[in-house]
Amino acid sequence: MRIGVPREVFDGEQRVATTPEAAQQLQKLGFSVAIESGAGNTAKLSDSDYADAGVEIIESTQALWKDSDIILKVRAPENSEIELLHEGQMIISFMAPAQNPELLQKLADKKVTALAMETIPRLSRSQKMDALSSQANIGGYRAIIEAAQHFGRFFTGQITAAGKVPPAKVLVIGAGVAGLAAIGTARGMGAIVRAFDTRPEVKEQVESMDGEFLMLEFEEDGSGEGGYAKTMSKEFIDAEMALFAEQAKDVDIIVTTALIPGRPAPELITEDMVKSMREGSVIVDLAAAMGGNCKLTEADKVVVKHGVNIVGYTDLPSRLPTQASQLYSTNLRHLLSDMTPEKDGNVIVDFEDEVVRGATVVKEGEITFPPPPPKLSAAPAKKPEPAVVEEEEPKEPSKLKPWIPFIIGGLALWGLGTSAPDSFMSHFTVFVLSCFVGYMVIWNVSPSLHTPLMSVTNAISSIIIIGALLQISSPDPWVIILAGIAVLITSVNIVGGFAVTQRMLDMFRK
Amino acid sequence: MSQGLINVAYIGATILFILALGGLSKQETARRGNLFGMIGMGLALVVTIIGLVTSNYAFLIGALVVGGSVGLILAKKVEMTQMPELVAILHSLVGLAAVLVGYANFLSHATGFSGIELTIHHIETYIGILIGALTFSGSVVAYLKLSGKWGGKPLLLPARHWLNLGLLILAIYFGIQFVNNAAEGAGLTALAIMTIIALLFGIHMVAAIGGADMPVVVSMLNSYSGWAAAALGFLLSNDLLIVVGALVGSSGAILSYIMCRAMNRNFISVIAGGFGSGAPKASGPAAEIEGEVTPINVEEVADMVTSAKEVMIIPGYGMAVAQAQHMVSDITKTLRKKGVNVRFGIHPVAGRMPGHMNVLLAEAKVPYDIVFEMEEINEDFPDVDVSIVIGANDIVNPAAQEVPDSPIAGMPVLEPWNGKNTIVLKRGMASGYAGVENPLFYKENTRMLFGDAKESLEALFKLMS
Repeated sequence: MRIGVPREVFDGEQRVATTPEAAQQLQKLGFSVAIESGAGNTAKLSDSDYADAGVEIIESTQALWKDSDIILKVRAPENSEIELLHEGQMIISFMAPAQNPELLQKLADKKVTALAMETIPRLSRSQKMDALSSQANIGGYRAIIEAAQHFGRFFTGQITAAGKVPPAKVLVIGAGVAGLAAIGTARGMGAIVRAFDTRPEVKEQVESMDGEFLMLEFEEDGSGEGGYAKTMSKEFIDAEMALFAEQAKDVDIIVTTALIPGRPAPELITEDMVKSMREGSVIVDLAAAMGGNCKLTEADKVVVKHGVNIVGYTDLPSRLPTQASQLYSTNLRHLLSDMTPEKDGNVIVDFEDEVVRGATVVKEGEITFPPPPPKLSAAPAKKPEPAVVEEEEPKEPSKLKPWIPFIIGGLALWGLGTSAPDSFMSHFTVFVLSCFVGYMVIWNVSPSLHTPLMSVTNAISSIIIIGALLQISSPDPWVIILAGIAVLITSVNIVGGFAVTQRMLDMFRK
Repeated sequence: MSQGLINVAYIGATILFILALGGLSKQETARRGNLFGMIGMGLALVVTIIGLVTSNYAFLIGALVVGGSVGLILAKKVEMTQMPELVAILHSLVGLAAVLVGYANFLSHATGFSGIELTIHHIETYIGILIGALTFSGSVVAYLKLSGKWGGKPLLLPARHWLNLGLLILAIYFGIQFVNNAAEGAGLTALAIMTIIALLFGIHMVAAIGGADMPVVVSMLNSYSGWAAAALGFLLSNDLLIVVGALVGSSGAILSYIMCRAMNRNFISVIAGGFGSGAPKASGPAAEIEGEVTPINVEEVADMVTSAKEVMIIPGYGMAVAQAQHMVSDITKTLRKKGVNVRFGIHPVAGRMPGHMNVLLAEAKVPYDIVFEMEEINEDFPDVDVSIVIGANDIVNPAAQEVPDSPIAGMPVLEPWNGKNTIVLKRGMASGYAGVENPLFYKENTRMLFGDAKESLEALFKLMS
């Protein structure tokens, strides 16, 4: 099948849906790849790079759309692009299907199959196709860069000969992929970073990025299906807002990333909070496309309200176009390789595959969104609270039990002492004492020397040879033969055991 | 030579043997310890030959020279990866020698005993031969298993515990027969039957033990060979044999105990049967592991290890099988030159005998001061950037801590998952000897490098240098 990658028409979009490397990988899956001339220019990928990777360069937009079986895009298709689709085609891109029912209807009318990158379920298996995460990561990084640009001070604290500079304080709301990337970036620049999230399980992740996790004294878990957050109760939100109001007075930069899938962004930063922030502070609202977490955010703009810069860019990943394209095209490539099990360039839309089922929003002209809910969360299923082990009935502590071995041992010794002759007892004394000496000595042996210990004990246990030597002078030929063989094999053991021990010990060196 | 002088020489030999074992407590004194052992053995031999042997010198010296040469050749030729096999086969020789000496002693009709002393003498003969035969056949089977000539799967005969019990009762019955008959100068038949029973028992005992339990078996047989020597010491009224036998016996017993503790298994259950017996319970939880393994290629591994500060290498039996220890050593050297702190974490039961990994690493010239025991190093994992697991499975299985009804639950394990990244070198997705799925492979910070360990490491080394 033939894959076509058109130039993005959305204003300001600088990414491209495939890179030369990804195109090569796609060709290995059996596809042929074509790209619209100049599609990669904004991502610093020239037509000649693509041509070198075996990609066909097509001048005409119409021809590209007409001749391709699969269209790969970044942004959702515009109306002008939908016009170019024809029956039986497949299109894969971001689509925000929950917000765009009309788009789905239009695609369905065109009798195409459409896969939305947003709706790929979050399974461990599909992490490599998770374009939301790969782009959010870039967005989180860029958010801090934007904040730094609009923030007129150092991020890192310094004590210089000319005086002290305090570090910037950053609050990150929502510790998803973007939030964590923002935390890491801000920490890397030296700021003090605090983070808040409704899902308590991300505390560890925040701390692993060296951020401080703000805890809410409130018992409610905000983990929803598929690793995303869910809407919280009223009481929780009140407590949360109080926390933000308090933090707003203290911090210099707020990065908000709070999104609940398929719903408008929750409003977390009120106008009053903005007013309470210091002059020159910055708010970067990563939820601007969905209405914004801050009341005063204006999408795609930087506005100054009450002396606070509010950054509402919705195209942060696109501002690092080369890497964003690279990661996005890798996500696409993984999705396609999942759908091409035979590696013969023929995609199969297999609804048994949970990933493909989730991604497919229109199949052959039929709207298949929303998909049935994903079964597994990326995080391991919560284990049921271990049943409280019933306090074991304090067993009648058998006072006798610890003494039983001693009693038995004592009785055995008494039995031995009454019946065994003196000669035996003297040997027995030696035997028991030797066991104890062995016990004491062996415990000190370093575990790394256990193998040499075994070979050396092996060699010295061949002291049995003494037994054979005592008998070899016997007149009985049978005894001589038996003893002789015993001498033979024990001497194998003695020499072999000591020699191999020596060889091993010589190898141990500092 | 007077009996007094001989006894004094024996005391000297005894002390030298104790010093030999004591010397092994540290690397620095180990070589001297081995030397003490050799001197002690030489002293005992010379004194016995001069003082007690009266004839057949030529035969004796011939046997000594031939046997000694064979031993020397074996010791020089053996590959370090084959140490467990060598040790097992040497154990079998001790067992066989004990049997032969026991028979020789019986045939030479010791005189001067009467009444209870005679009975004790016969019981000693009987027990000496029993332990010797058991050690012999058990060691031979252990050798066959370790060298791969006998499958690693435990042989689980139906009603095997009853079979063992039956053999024991038979052995006791023939023991009584033997003591009664021997008092009248006969009893060879009972002794022979018992020997066969003991041989069968030894075979069955080791055959029923799973591959993962081999370190216990090897050290257990080590112990038996000591007890066989001690029993002969009683038989021959020779304190030197008793002392040495007791030393070796308790040494092997302690090693067995250490190995059992390292696997959280009790000694009786190791002896009674293989790991397979716990398997039906395991099939349930094993299937529930979610997620999938993330493969990695050699280039990425090279990037990871060269940019790491702390690297921990966890070798297992797979490293010995692939003969990869030299490659590991070369990689370690290169990384250390680049300033990466490379350390080794050794699990007590890694490999097929106690201390097996240490010997292999020493052979490959890995300095012993960067090789650590599990207990020394487990707490350090959070600081480790990359852990490399080479051919190990059960000893790094988090199920031992997380899954309460896992067959290996409670076994102490190395904890690489607490580090930043883990790379597992593995041939395929087969489970370890314990037959337990390993959730480590599915952890988010684990990457699998599939393929032959040696080839993977060679490729890695090329990329690094």
